Amino acid sequence: MSTGKWTDYINPAVRNIPPSGIRRFFDLAAEMEGVISLGVGEPDFVTPWHIRESCIYSLHRGRTSYTSNHGLLELREEIAGYLAGQGVRYDPRKEILVTVGVSEALDLALRTVVSPGDEVIIPTPCYVSYIPCTSLAGGVPVTVATSMEDRFRLTADKLEAVITPRSKALLLCFPNNPTGAVMDRESLLQIAEVVQKHDLLVISDEIYDRLTYTGQHTCFASLPGMRERTILLNGFSKAYAMTGWRLGYAAAHEDFIAAMTKIHQYTMLCAPITAQVAALEALQNGKSAMEKMVAHYNRRRRLVLQGFKEIGLPCFEPGGAFYAFPYIGHTGLTASEFAENLLLEEKVAVIPGDVFGPGGEHCIRCSYASSVEDLTEAINRMGRFIKRKGLSKSRVVYI
Amino acid sequence: MLEILELLQNNSRLTAKQIATMTGREEKEVRQIIERLEADKTIIKYFTLINWEKAGVEKVSALIEVKISPQRDVGFDAVAERIYRFPEVKTVHLMSGAYDLAVFVEGVTMKEVALFVATKLATIENVLSTATHFVLKTYKQDGFIFEDRETDKRLVITP
Repeated sequence: MSTGKWTDYINPAVRNIPPSGIRRFFDLAAEMEGVISLGVGEPDFVTPWHIRESCIYSLHRGRTSYTSNHGLLELREEIAGYLAGQGVRYDPRKEILVTVGVSEALDLALRTVVSPGDEVIIPTPCYVSYIPCTSLAGGVPVTVATSMEDRFRLTADKLEAVITPRSKALLLCFPNNPTGAVMDRESLLQIAEVVQKHDLLVISDEIYDRLTYTGQHTCFASLPGMRERTILLNGFSKAYAMTGWRLGYAAAHEDFIAAMTKIHQYTMLCAPITAQVAALEALQNGKSAMEKMVAHYNRRRRLVLQGFKEIGLPCFEPGGAFYAFPYIGHTGLTASEFAENLLLEEKVAVIPGDVFGPGGEHCIRCSYASSVEDLTEAINRMGRFIKRKGLSKSRVVYI
Repeated sequence: MLEILELLQNNSRLTAKQIATMTGREEKEVRQIIERLEADKTIIKYFTLINWEKAGVEKVSALIEVKISPQRDVGFDAVAERIYRFPEVKTVHLMSGAYDLAVFVEGVTMKEVALFVATKLATIENVLSTATHFVLKTYKQDGFIFEDRETDKRLVITP
């Protein structure tokens, strides 16, 4: 518990970061029994057994040392192979850096390209770390609220409107956490045009790339002219159900990777070897297990969408990740009130959309990475809740 | 169709409506597909996987390796049929390798199973030999782990 005694000793850059909006909610939910949680941002699957087993074997063989700062070359070669399949080629020796989750890769990218006062454009709602990490790197986060009318995609107009002479980089995340929005190639090309015109860099967090259900994912770096100015971030947490292993990577022009490696080598040295072994096994032999999990998510995605429709929660169709972001504005409650009352009255945990930044105030994030039984029960309870609040379906406008 | 079968194999209590929603089809279409699969015996039966030990029911099961001499024209099938018709016999596979039929027999006591083998199975014409292996514990059956200790260990809320 903070007493305030040492507050003045804390770096203002850290002190000024507001506490996470999720934290308070977590404390509330964690104390309750019988909660069905749709508030979890990770797969409900455990890492496939063949991946775990390969790590056990590697430990038996005594693979417990450091690796190269960049990560195991064999792993980087596999990553390069995967990205080549996405339409963009990287030299595994110079252009790929294995990191401790995408979180580290994002921090490295921001610290590498942001000079004090540089503006980083962040479409919101976004993952909770983007804004504070930008501030910690000395940058100025400039948010652009996306909207349900635009299916939570970033539009070229909205991007253009916030560009200033201090704009340095654009931080993209599609498929998106928390909205589940995806951007098709055409929409991304329009963004690329603005990026080119204003000489911006792009940090593209594509951790959910394989969890795309409508159409094909387009890797931003694969667009014409974008490879050179994009720092591509990806990892293993979501597609392979490997969140706790903490393994991600960055792929970019060698100038960026060399600079990022400087920070990485002094702060992290290297990603844990066992996690790297796991990632190697995932890329080499994990395709079928991964595809099965993706098929499961897709079925549950349809299930929750249909469920929300039946209970009167308008929700645009999310094309990726494992989140639905229904609109609750018509209930007259704020997102926080809705989430808190739902938790207290019906023991269903969802996350209020406002914690993900502007644009999420009237929505809640519901993860569908849960069993069909839990999802069905959660939707029943939410239906009961909405009915009790006196909201008939007829008052709802679908988008 | 395969997707529907896989979903039902995993959970036969899913309703046609749920399956329709999950696979992006119309409920009526799913209902028709299931009816057709039931009619042509692609779907043979819906049953429940039970951990009888947990229910306090003592059961003895054994795997019996059976060597037989195949008969002209009907091969192994006629002998297999004489074996699988016994209600005590739960599963029969024709195998490659050192023996011919893998027969799973269930009974209440070890003696009962042993007697069944000695008096019914071994005495069938064309059965050359049997070897009985009693099951001591079932860890996993039909793809399901009986006592799965891998419960959901995720935190209630994560970003």
